[in-house]
Amino acid sequence: MTLNPAYYLFLSGALFSIGAVGFLLRRNAIVAFMCVELMLNASNLALVTFSRINGTLDGQIMAFFVMVVAAAEVVVGLAIIVTIFRTRQSASVDDANLLKW
Amino acid sequence: MGSVLAAAHAGGGGTAEAVVFWILAPIALIAALAMVTSRNAVHAALFLIADFFCLAVMYLLLDAQFLFAVQIIVYTGAIMVLFLFVLMLVGVDRSDSLVETLRGQRPAAVLLGLAFAALLGAGVGPAIWDLPSRGVAEANGNGGNVLGIARLLFTDYVFAFEVTSALLIVAAVGAMVLAHKERTGPRRTQRELSMRRFAGGHVTPEPGPGVYATADDANEPVAVATDSRDSGSYNMGDE
Repeated sequence: MTLNPAYYLFLSGALFSIGAVGFLLRRNAIVAFMCVELMLNASNLALVTFSRINGTLDGQIMAFFVMVVAAAEVVVGLAIIVTIFRTRQSASVDDANLLKW
Repeated sequence: MGSVLAAAHAGGGGTAEAVVFWILAPIALIAALAMVTSRNAVHAALFLIADFFCLAVMYLLLDAQFLFAVQIIVYTGAIMVLFLFVLMLVGVDRSDSLVETLRGQRPAAVLLGLAFAALLGAGVGPAIWDLPSRGVAEANGNGGNVLGIARLLFTDYVFAFEVTSALLIVAAVGAMVLAHKERTGPRRTQRELSMRRFAGGHVTPEPGPGVYATADDANEPVAVATDSRDSGSYNMGDE
């Protein structure tokens, strides 16, 4: 009994959808950011699974680069959230409306 | 875990892989749903950590031992600690605003997510259902997964790897620039701070939270709320 690798891809798709819905639903900027992380991780799972299906390591290398970019993104994003919180005293994405027309 | 590793090394999976997957997949899904629905942001972060651990073990099942270690060290170790740190810095805000800035956005978002999941399952699902799994044992070569990845990373992907260093430096400098607060006035000395403190109302610090104080005067002893002894026993260390 071997596991069909498609199950990993289905799980990846489900996690990505949950992350997308969470990003659209949540108003707390930090929780919305966590949902982005969940989506990145779901795509990583798909990349690693495809790496196994194809029998090459390129998918794993891509997942590694996604992790690096995610780390850089988290650093800058959280700094932006802290800066917005310092000026507006709120971490809600609804309150950051200065650039809205 | 040893049998799982052995199964993963064989490249073909096996019963152990299936058992671990079917235990972890529901946990990962429940943790993701709980993260989206939990009111408390700290709980959301903890659920996300559980999710990351599930995914790390799945990388192990998928014969990606290097990414398993990186996932735990970088994601659950560094990124989530940063998240929790900022969460504590900003203050744990339990109230998610219920004001609808866009009418009908929430139902539309749920509908969109379900539609996307259905599209992935129905559209892409049949195409990926019967793919033969080759396994990465051959691509790893002798020396294992870490050596195989290093071989690729420092040959074919060396340019991307070098560009990554520039990205990380820009991110670090950007975070410093964003978090830096410009000092508008001159720096106050200890002497000035001390004089200000004595000129104001409170010489001693204000009573902390949880302290049962009827007065916050300097010469008034403070009773602690958790003190179970009868009245008149103050928190002064006398017995």
